Amino acid sequence: MKKGLTNRQLKGRVFELVCLGSMMAALAVLTVLLWDVWTDGHAWLDLQFLDSFPSRFPEKAGIKSAIWGTFWLMIMTALISVPLGVGAAIYLQEYARKTTLTRIIETNISNLAGVPSIVYGILGLALFVRAMDLERSLISGALTMSLLILPIIIISSQEAILAVPSSIREASYAIGATKWQTIRYHVLPDALPGILTGNILALSRAIGETAPLIMIGALTFIAFTPSSPRDPFTVLPIQIFNWISRPQEEFHFLAAAGIVVLLVFLLTMNAAAILLRNRYQKNLKW
Amino acid sequence: MKRIATLLFISLIAIAGCIGGDESGPAKETVTAVESSPSLPMKELSGSVAVDGSSTVYPITEAVSEEFQRLYPRVRVTVGISGTGGGFKKFCNGEVDINDASRPIKQKEINACTAKGIEFIEIPVAFDGISVVVNPSNDWIGKGLTVAELREIWKPNSSVKKWSDVRTEWPGKKIFLVGADADSGTFDYFTKAIVGEERASRADYTASADDNVLVQAIAGEKYALGYFGYAYYLENSQKLKLLGIDDGISENGDGYIVPTPETISKGIYQPLSRPLFIYVNKKSAERPETKEFIRYYLMEGRELVKQTGYVSLPDKAYELALKRFEDAKTGSIFTGGSQVGVSIEEILAKE
Repeated sequence: MKKGLTNRQLKGRVFELVCLGSMMAALAVLTVLLWDVWTDGHAWLDLQFLDSFPSRFPEKAGIKSAIWGTFWLMIMTALISVPLGVGAAIYLQEYARKTTLTRIIETNISNLAGVPSIVYGILGLALFVRAMDLERSLISGALTMSLLILPIIIISSQEAILAVPSSIREASYAIGATKWQTIRYHVLPDALPGILTGNILALSRAIGETAPLIMIGALTFIAFTPSSPRDPFTVLPIQIFNWISRPQEEFHFLAAAGIVVLLVFLLTMNAAAILLRNRYQKNLKW
Repeated sequence: MKRIATLLFISLIAIAGCIGGDESGPAKETVTAVESSPSLPMKELSGSVAVDGSSTVYPITEAVSEEFQRLYPRVRVTVGISGTGGGFKKFCNGEVDINDASRPIKQKEINACTAKGIEFIEIPVAFDGISVVVNPSNDWIGKGLTVAELREIWKPNSSVKKWSDVRTEWPGKKIFLVGADADSGTFDYFTKAIVGEERASRADYTASADDNVLVQAIAGEKYALGYFGYAYYLENSQKLKLLGIDDGISENGDGYIVPTPETISKGIYQPLSRPLFIYVNKKSAERPETKEFIRYYLMEGRELVKQTGYVSLPDKAYELALKRFEDAKTGSIFTGGSQVGVSIEEILAKE
């Protein structure tokens, strides 16, 4: 009897260690990556690097056009994809009746989330660049990126709405609120932390994407910042890719410095997601 | 909570307003650009020039546009890399103003341009010698290869698998071949010059339209052999070993000849010396910013051609090219396809 107990406790301990090992492995890879990028790049990371356009001389080169390209691309992508995605999620979760059709639609949205990003690039090239004649511009890029992350936004928003207990809705109806009032004053505010987190994580995926943008023709050498949605542009991952593919070593250091900047962008967005979630969750008492 | 949500909403609207507001900016600028004469002050000229195409020509165009935009800060020049063939596809679709090309335009591409109503002006900008290179730790290669050996290596369905298949005394190790891909003008020219037929090449090699990728592949593999534009060798001469080429024709000089600015410009480095071009859409050439860009390319570009490692044309050739551009003479002086062994004198004669 006693032997059986120690045996079971031992099993539990082994499982805990395996889990700890998995976490350490993931963490170690990330640390090595960050360390490697930082040692290569930090010497090149200065104000001049942030405030210069690309150049054929590594010491003069910078990522100004890429930073602004990424910034505007993200803003425009958010403006397009967030209202569409959250709207679709609200409809699917709150209004649509659960029929075979809605189930087919929901399954397909999940499938779309797994489609390789290059496929969205080809679609964007044919639809936005050529058919709609938007050319190789910021707006084409933002529309393509929106298509890419819409499924993720819809799914995560749906999850967040689903997590709101139905007792809240019922209580709202019970005191005579309409469906719109229930959604406006109860479901959406309660689901907001989850929706925001999902949206920001979806946007952080978009920030690192290169393939679809190369496909729609974001360019290699751009020495100006975009001033309208119809302007050509470049983004951080493309500039990094361009530098890393050059044989001269100095450009590889520049690429590392560019990666540090991209990581700062990403971590800021993820931190914003966490902060927003914590802030709103405090008000929730179910 | 409500306050924060409202704040977020307002800031989103404000940002949208910023983007919307900016839209009117460039439109106004274009108007002023059209109204003014070509020789207007540098700061005033505005507009945009889109360039795409060959990675071989890219270093020159990149240098030219970098310097050009220093002088004309309001002109927006974009340069992409998609290979000569890939670039012509966009060019003949009216998507770019200028195509960098490492070979003359082909009849098929001329037809595609004509179908879309696009006329072009052909401008030679520099000379290049396609460089055949190996890894620096290759100690058996000696002075180089003959054209016949290169043909054996690169011809379609070639039986050369190991270095010892080229010369029996060489190591019996697998030869790692690296070269330009089918979108690349370098590929068209190399196959024509070496194999004898344009685009006839073995298919089992590592291919890319980006010469940077090729350089890195060869620098990282002891048993590698590959080819690309001379500037890419020069920039990376520490990581590569340049081969001499013997074409067996003594008029071009005897023995293995290594590409240098001198052997390339005098037509001694044969059969791999070739002209590089830019093709300008005639409609785009009527815009003042494109006009200034091409003028700058042909006037100041000569120095930049040398800096980037290519061989500049004689001054006379640039003058003739500029005249050709100012007269808006359209069409190709080459009857289509790559021509092997074209010297600067021949280009001049054709002008």
